[in-house]
Amino acid sequence: MKVVAVSAALAAVLLALPVAAKDTVRIVFIGPLTGGVSANGIGARNSADLAVRVRNADPKAKYTYELQVLDDECKPNIGVQVATKAATDKTIIAGVTHYCSAVAMAAVDVYRKFSLPVVVWGAVLPDVTYAADIKEVHRVNGTMINQNETAARFMAGLKYKRWAVIHDTTDYGKGHNRYFSEQLAKVGGEIVGTFGVTAEQQDFSAELTKIKSLKPEVIYFGGLTPLGVRIRSQMDKLGVKAVFEGTSGIVSDAYIEGLGPLAEGTLAFREGAPTEKLPGGRMFIEQYDKQKYADPPESYGPFAYAAAVLVMDAIEKVGPDRRKVRAELNKTRDHESIVGPITFDDHRQNAVPLITKFVVQDGKWVVWEDSLYATGKRSLPKP
Amino acid sequence: MDPGLVAQHLLNGLMLGVVYALVAVGFTLFFGVLDVIQFSHGDVVMFGAFTALAAVIGLGAAGVTSDPILLMGALIAAIVVTALLGAFVARMLVLPLAKSPPLHVLLITLMAGTALREAVRVFYPQGSNPKPFPRLLPDGAVELGTLTLRYDVLILLAVGIVAIVAVHLLLTRTRIGLAVRAVAQDAETASVLGIPFRTTVLATFALGSALGALAGVVNGLYYSEVTFSLGLTLGAIGFAAAVIGGLGNVGGAIVGGFVFAGLQTIGAVALPFASAYKDVFAFAAVIVLVAWRPAGLLAEPSAERV
Repeated sequence: MKVVAVSAALAAVLLALPVAAKDTVRIVFIGPLTGGVSANGIGARNSADLAVRVRNADPKAKYTYELQVLDDECKPNIGVQVATKAATDKTIIAGVTHYCSAVAMAAVDVYRKFSLPVVVWGAVLPDVTYAADIKEVHRVNGTMINQNETAARFMAGLKYKRWAVIHDTTDYGKGHNRYFSEQLAKVGGEIVGTFGVTAEQQDFSAELTKIKSLKPEVIYFGGLTPLGVRIRSQMDKLGVKAVFEGTSGIVSDAYIEGLGPLAEGTLAFREGAPTEKLPGGRMFIEQYDKQKYADPPESYGPFAYAAAVLVMDAIEKVGPDRRKVRAELNKTRDHESIVGPITFDDHRQNAVPLITKFVVQDGKWVVWEDSLYATGKRSLPKP
Repeated sequence: MDPGLVAQHLLNGLMLGVVYALVAVGFTLFFGVLDVIQFSHGDVVMFGAFTALAAVIGLGAAGVTSDPILLMGALIAAIVVTALLGAFVARMLVLPLAKSPPLHVLLITLMAGTALREAVRVFYPQGSNPKPFPRLLPDGAVELGTLTLRYDVLILLAVGIVAIVAVHLLLTRTRIGLAVRAVAQDAETASVLGIPFRTTVLATFALGSALGALAGVVNGLYYSEVTFSLGLTLGAIGFAAAVIGGLGNVGGAIVGGFVFAGLQTIGAVALPFASAYKDVFAFAAVIVLVAWRPAGLLAEPSAERV
């Protein structure tokens, strides 16, 4: 009789525990927090942190979440190190990972090996989800195929005909070169020269002087912000007057900060609507401002937020178990989020059909349709 | 090819060459007086650039707004601090090991360079990020057909060339230069003749490092940007340039700097394949040059170093 009484008391205590103190569940954020593209990583880190804070403040949540933050430095070797660190830590249930495609490509295999379900928040190379069928890897942001299609069509629509392409020679830059060139061929644009450059390169004077002699109307750049800043700045030094057209890799406040007034008129394309026009954009911006983070969320912040929420929703539903969370994430369909409904295809890739066109105007990335360039008050260098 | 473009390529190459030559002269001076390879020199160059940047920010905070004063302040700070750093490296790391195998000096300076680089990365505020370097030179340009002549580039070129000529005169026309050359030729005999060995070595390291600081500032002004890792490539290139020209030979280092810049420009412009391989091409050419003239392009038979 005594035994029964003790067990009953124990059971009562155990049942009462979750009410008194919730279990803590750990998830990991990985992104570039130092190095040239750190602005994007820090903005996304803050956004993921925001998602965790909002969830922890919600009395209905079953668990208390703790965000482990790791820095991949946008370097594949470091990315593999930190991914391994997170994936081998059994207290970490899931991850919100990677901005740099080259890093994501290197790290996906680690997630497969150690069965850590992750949701990619910023890398845009299609191969991250499509190359290998890794059930652990999901992605909420779109791929570079769509943005390059829009980029080519839009520019052809503005009557530009001659392009020079500069791309970095990582998987990321090569991917942009490939998809942009394919799409441009479809709309009848001509590429007068293609230049692969290393991601660390400092001097572009030789390439740009050669480009100057080829007289392109547009310079397309497939790469990330630091190189974009250098190339745009050296274009000016060498008197190259072409339009500068980038990719989602340069849509960041750091690009404008690095160039000052020279950034004016730079074009770029990114999947998803601008933050303030997203379904949950206003709420996101309000909450973000409330936390008084030192840095802005940057363009992929909302995706990192949505990825973190998605991961936590799955954990809430099936409990802190990697395999169950993976299965739950795999079957995500029409999941409401601040970036719109998330539906994963057979490669766990979210379809983000909308591509937004941006132009730098007065020190800000402005949606093309809202810009003075679209209304004809300002104009880009003529074709 | 259009003559304007040829001129533009030439100008780009010259600008690169000036920076490389300034770095290479440092390597060659150090080798000249002590027969050592100072592998942290690239990072000393980077340190000079960051000192200049910090000085500009500091002066700006103190209320200085005039570009020429900012520039002078930055240059003086960079040159003085970096010269002291160079002398410090010589005094603490190189001289104590002067009698040990050269491999030890190579290794210890390599480590010192890494420590310096990582220190800037960790202790400079957000040191991992590329830092915009202020544009302190006049901004205009003259367009001559397809050639764009920018005033700032012309000024930087002139400053670099003047510095190189000044070092040459210093070494060949002054008593200090005579002392440096004497120590380079035969340290023991020089000591017997009353030339202070230690002081001469420290002065040489200070001079080489000051030139490196100038290279760092020119680099920052030219690209409007500095990064903590810029010493890595610049160091490798500067060393290669010094070797092409003949280690220990100042004229050779200068020639080597311009040769390397020329190779890079040719690699990017004239080769049919993508410019991503321009460094592969340039360094491969260095291998060929060194195999062909192991003692360097300007090596003299009776090696008078420096």
